[in-house]
Amino acid sequence: MAPTTLAQKLIARAAGRSHVTPGEVLTCRVDLAMFHDSSGPRRLQPMLAELGAQIWDKDKVVLVIDHYVPEADEESRRVVHIARDWAAEHRLPHVYDSMGICHVVLPQQGHLKPGMFCVGGDSHSPTGGAFGAYMFGIGATEMLGVVVTGEIWLRVPETIFMHWSGALAEGVSAKDMMLAMLGRHGMNGGRYQAVEFCGDAVAALSMAERMTLCNMSAELGAQVGLVAPDDTTRDWLARHGAPGVETGPWHSDVGAPGIRHHFDASTLAPQVALPHSPAQVCGVDALEPTRIDIAYIGACTGAKLDDLRAAARVLAGRRIAGHVQLLVAPASMRDAAEAETEGVMRQLLDAGATLLPSACGACAGYGSRIPEGSTVISSTARNFKGRMGAATARVYLGSPYTVAASALRGVIDDAREFLA
Amino acid sequence: MSGVNPGRAWRLPAEVDTDQLAPGATMKHGLEVTARHCLEALRPEFAREVRHGDVIVAGADFGIGSSREQAASVLVHLGVAAVIAPSFAGLYFRNAFNVGLLLLICPQAQRIEDGELIAVDARGARVQRSDGSVLACEPIPGFLLDLVEAGGLLPQLKRCLTTSKESP
Repeated sequence: MAPTTLAQKLIARAAGRSHVTPGEVLTCRVDLAMFHDSSGPRRLQPMLAELGAQIWDKDKVVLVIDHYVPEADEESRRVVHIARDWAAEHRLPHVYDSMGICHVVLPQQGHLKPGMFCVGGDSHSPTGGAFGAYMFGIGATEMLGVVVTGEIWLRVPETIFMHWSGALAEGVSAKDMMLAMLGRHGMNGGRYQAVEFCGDAVAALSMAERMTLCNMSAELGAQVGLVAPDDTTRDWLARHGAPGVETGPWHSDVGAPGIRHHFDASTLAPQVALPHSPAQVCGVDALEPTRIDIAYIGACTGAKLDDLRAAARVLAGRRIAGHVQLLVAPASMRDAAEAETEGVMRQLLDAGATLLPSACGACAGYGSRIPEGSTVISSTARNFKGRMGAATARVYLGSPYTVAASALRGVIDDAREFLA
Repeated sequence: MSGVNPGRAWRLPAEVDTDQLAPGATMKHGLEVTARHCLEALRPEFAREVRHGDVIVAGADFGIGSSREQAASVLVHLGVAAVIAPSFAGLYFRNAFNVGLLLLICPQAQRIEDGELIAVDARGARVQRSDGSVLACEPIPGFLLDLVEAGGLLPQLKRCLTTSKESP
């Protein structure tokens, strides 16, 4: 049998085929469909009613209420109410309300396993690829199709292998790796194909860091971002409600077809994306002095437990600059609780951080917003003009290390000197 | 190209993102409100002046960003007949056809001028310019043309479900 990519194996399983070829269009059975309060019930409810159709399999549907909570105004309350009422009416078995951001809550509740084929009503759904699941984002109307039929079409992608050799230096993280890839390949460099992250530097990453890579596959324009599951995956899942998973077949064979790009982790410096594109990237040391007003640690991309730990390592025993607001919105309640237990939260607060609810927050400007005219360094995924709710704001993206160091200095800065 | 009504071209740059098409802060208010703010950062006059049958002609990687399909349905709502660009974000591409918005991949789209009257032929995969010259586009798979001609996935599903209920 010809060598095959992980993406091909995952799709073949979902399509009930022994082998699939890049370029062919086929229909897959969906193992899990996840959506949130913005993309989900408020859009699905009227369309399902119009069709007079039912949910194909409630046990395979997960609803996470994360975008408009806590409800800031009447409109937000309306959207969230629709979600809650719809979940109750349909007796949905898997609903997570105000517990954190969908891409983080989903695996933390044991819903993702290697080998699954999943869709999410959110562009950062490729986060699930960190667990060896084929998971991609779709819009609400396409989600309606899945919810009614349990199926979805796709064109079998090629695989683009992002091979990272070497080991990351202290204070350099998955976020820096992703920004470097974006700087080299641009926001559509993934051409809606499958990106697979591999090599020693990827294998050495924690699950949270792998999630950061796969999460921002969306920014690379890939359909999915994948990391082959291994012992790290198995151990993490065992601690999060999914013990004893099989990782055996879920990897790309030696000599599998694809395009290969090579990166050296050992020479990577912290990276920063400049306004207003995640692909406009430079090394933090090459950046002109940039005074900031807000340092934002948030979102599924940049506020998981490992991200909070990274920030705390820089901030512990220090105070942020007087003119800076450091905002921390942990990605999930579980991450926030563990950060509390470990003493990480105390270190962040003692340094002067303001703790925000575990929700999508200002990342997409849906609920809360950053102020007009402000300059922001953020651990989130996107810095499009106006993205965080203020058209005149200038948003820079960096790792949680970089955000923390910048909060201390009041200008965007390199965290490595604080870690030496 | 007879039978294809020409539309006015609105030129846009490369990398127009979903947050410009459907600003996040408007999302809780529904499509009517989002439509009024469509592309306001790039072309403040767009939402006010766009007419039924107009065509967007953009640079590469149109629609990068979010999964919010309002970034496509807002253009349907405003009467835009098609978007023509050298490339699209994959997620936007799926969303557009699902909500009944025609996209054409045209490597030479940048030849078209702002305000020019152009005729879009989806089945023929080509665009005719006002001087009569023709720009080739990538052919669109038949099932996607059927989808967009049905008005999107919702009307198509409706028809399928009705048919299956009626059949014995």
